[in-house]
Amino acid sequence: MDRGPSQMVDEAVREFLIESCEALDLLDRELLALEKAPSSKNTLSSLFRAIHTIKGTAGCLGLSAIESLSHAGENLLVRARDGELLLTPPRIDGLLAMSDALRALLSSLEAGRDDGGVDQGATIERLTALAQEKIEPQGPQPVVANSPGAANEVQPAPANLEGQALAAEGSSLRVDVGLLDRLMNLIGELVLSRNQILQVRARLDDPGLNATSQRLNSITSQLQAIVMKTRMQPIGNVWSKLPRAVRDTAASLGKQAQLVLQGAETELDKTLLEAIKDPLTHLVRNAVDHGIEAPEVRAARGKPREGRIELKAWHEGGQVNLVLSDDGAGIEPGKLKAKAVAKGFLAADKAAKLSDREALALIFLPGFSTADKVSAVSGRGVGMDVVRTNVERIGGTVDVQSTPGAGTVFKIKIPLTLAIVPALIVGCGGERYAVPQLSLLEIVRLDRAQAERSVERIHDAQLFRLRGRLLPIVDLREVLGLAAAKERANLHVIVLQADGQKLGLLVDSIEDTVEIVVKPLGRHLKGVPLFAGATILGDGRTALIVDVRALAQSARLVDERHAAGAREPAPAEVESDRRAFLLCRASDQGRMAIPLGQVARLEEIAAGSIELVGGREVVQHRGDILPLVRISQALPERRTGERSVHAAQRKPEENLQVIVHDADGASVGLVVDSIDDILEASPHARRAATRHGVDYVAVIGDRITEVLDVGALCLAASQQALRELP
Amino acid sequence: MTTAANARQFCTFLLEGLLFGVPASRVQEVLRSQEITPVPRAPRSVRGLINLRGEIVTAIDLRRRLGLPERTSQRPPFNVVLREEGAQVSLLVDEIGDVLDVDESAFERAPQTLQGPFRELVLGAYKLDARLLLVLDTDRATAPEHL
Repeated sequence: MDRGPSQMVDEAVREFLIESCEALDLLDRELLALEKAPSSKNTLSSLFRAIHTIKGTAGCLGLSAIESLSHAGENLLVRARDGELLLTPPRIDGLLAMSDALRALLSSLEAGRDDGGVDQGATIERLTALAQEKIEPQGPQPVVANSPGAANEVQPAPANLEGQALAAEGSSLRVDVGLLDRLMNLIGELVLSRNQILQVRARLDDPGLNATSQRLNSITSQLQAIVMKTRMQPIGNVWSKLPRAVRDTAASLGKQAQLVLQGAETELDKTLLEAIKDPLTHLVRNAVDHGIEAPEVRAARGKPREGRIELKAWHEGGQVNLVLSDDGAGIEPGKLKAKAVAKGFLAADKAAKLSDREALALIFLPGFSTADKVSAVSGRGVGMDVVRTNVERIGGTVDVQSTPGAGTVFKIKIPLTLAIVPALIVGCGGERYAVPQLSLLEIVRLDRAQAERSVERIHDAQLFRLRGRLLPIVDLREVLGLAAAKERANLHVIVLQADGQKLGLLVDSIEDTVEIVVKPLGRHLKGVPLFAGATILGDGRTALIVDVRALAQSARLVDERHAAGAREPAPAEVESDRRAFLLCRASDQGRMAIPLGQVARLEEIAAGSIELVGGREVVQHRGDILPLVRISQALPERRTGERSVHAAQRKPEENLQVIVHDADGASVGLVVDSIDDILEASPHARRAATRHGVDYVAVIGDRITEVLDVGALCLAASQQALRELP
Repeated sequence: MTTAANARQFCTFLLEGLLFGVPASRVQEVLRSQEITPVPRAPRSVRGLINLRGEIVTAIDLRRRLGLPERTSQRPPFNVVLREEGAQVSLLVDEIGDVLDVDESAFERAPQTLQGPFRELVLGAYKLDARLLLVLDTDRATAPEHL
């Protein structure tokens, strides 16, 4: 590349920019001075020289737009200097407008565009008109001058611009994103340094240092907030091209589709915005191509001829949710499986075992395409895996749900920003870990007596009773594979929300809340899913950042939830629909569940301690009398199914698993054979119950499950007891 | 691999009495012992993370990587921080040696009889006057281990 001459030109242009800016500043000042003394020869000469220099240099550099504009101004000034016309206020306005227009041209030039980036024809015409008028101090004003439109277009520049505001176009300016990235990194380092100073301050307790560090603290926080804000952009910015993409795609396929956008004002970090642009475009096109059916097909199926694609965005818990839904044909899991087998992705026996959800996930495999025909738009199998890769690269997730015949929903979750997050520092096994506060709901501290009362154990799972609701507990030591803690005097439970479900995290100690800068882990630790990164704490030591989502997954909770989740269109519905269930079994009754909200606590009772009172089984427990209901007896027999061993006929030394239910202040113990698990699920595909005592039948954790109607069961049990009274 | 073998200047260090070398061009700096934050569930050879002037650096215990016995000395290990693309890596070693200029002709490829991690991680040796300088394959030594 021939860099020599082009560098020289660059140098000349830069000099021209600086000189012209200074000249325009001078021009503005002198013009304002002329308003008071319109015929000062000195001022007029200096004005003329300034504009003449700009014109000359622009001509040399081949900047024709600047040249012609300054030429028009020069013509006016020449006549004024030679006394042919007076610089009336309209003429001064015109020259100020020229000055602004020149600034706009210069900043356009500085931004790397040529000098023709701003239209200046109107200003030239105006100047030419002004130059041709006779000396008429009160003459008619040109049409454009001082009209509201012109005033908006041409803002009088502040008297002193000092060159630095060269690029200013109105009140906003363009900044290189790379610059913002660096700024953000530096702010991150500043936040860490601030944290360290705050720790030193706590140790030294020096009044002078206290005041200074407080100031530093407040400035850092403000700076951080502002820099974060500079990076935020409404998601509508990347949406603007989507309606067109839908229209064009639909037209090329002979389909009709309409895109409805909601939540365009939702803001997120610029980098993230850029990262989701392509995946979104692909998904939207895909929805038209694979989702929406041809108009005749839709009409035949009783749908409107025009397909509807909805894209919604909203903030939730420090994340941005994006949901793209269409009312098209949906995806047949069976078809996907067949395709996967035909393409050699899967063996037939394996494919048969896939759940519908797993089958749907096949579309994210590289090279997988579902369209029967390859179209110009999609169907080449290059897209969906890229969509997922792009979304996951920025720490997001993408999920697909589909109802054959009714449509498909893609749900994308992405973080708001990646750089600085508030976190809770907890101690565990002698080390400190950072838990992002985004997922933190509350912190509970329990002394030993409280812990004994409110922490229950089912097999290897622990449950914590929080205000009458049971919460699964995960011991951080266990998850991290550390030695189990010796008897802990106090329990610290952090209640977290992970992907729509709650769980309690048991830690050794709660240390502090600080803002942390997320730093990525090296490639050696990519295989360790439990951590979202690392950070540097105030004392200079590194701490790992716990990935709450991975934590929940390692506790086998989120996975099940996903398996159960079917259709999650709106956040409100997701919230209300999602419930936790206690899975239990009673002799051969099949899979049963009780809504966790109806479970007060779990007990293990020695069968020998059961007494009969008034025909009913009861036990004495914690100074109370607890009536028992054996679920296998309380439930009417199913038409098929034979009742085998009666729970009552069990050996007396065996322990009974009892689920305690509080009803209007009185407790009832439901006796089951085993308590298996706790799952969060949105019980979709509800079917009416086929027998009394069952509220409804639903798919929970991928399997058909009877959800018990605890109230009805208790009632039935008391009635039965009354009947059996001698 | 060939680039490592052709390099003439080596930064040397000791492990279990053996003299190892990595191309000096790959070494960013050598540090005395640093505070290490362990990473639970990480591969065994990853000792943890260190804070290197605000950057998080993964510390790899070269003894463990090479299948040598655990360090018994009371002296804390040294860090040989390597230049890496992206995240930096530090190798934990017993002692730091000199930077040596070696004669290309003194190089011999690792004998086929080497077993285990040595076979995988040692490119060959330079026959110095008094001892052997084992050339570490830095790419492999710092490659992520399978969990």
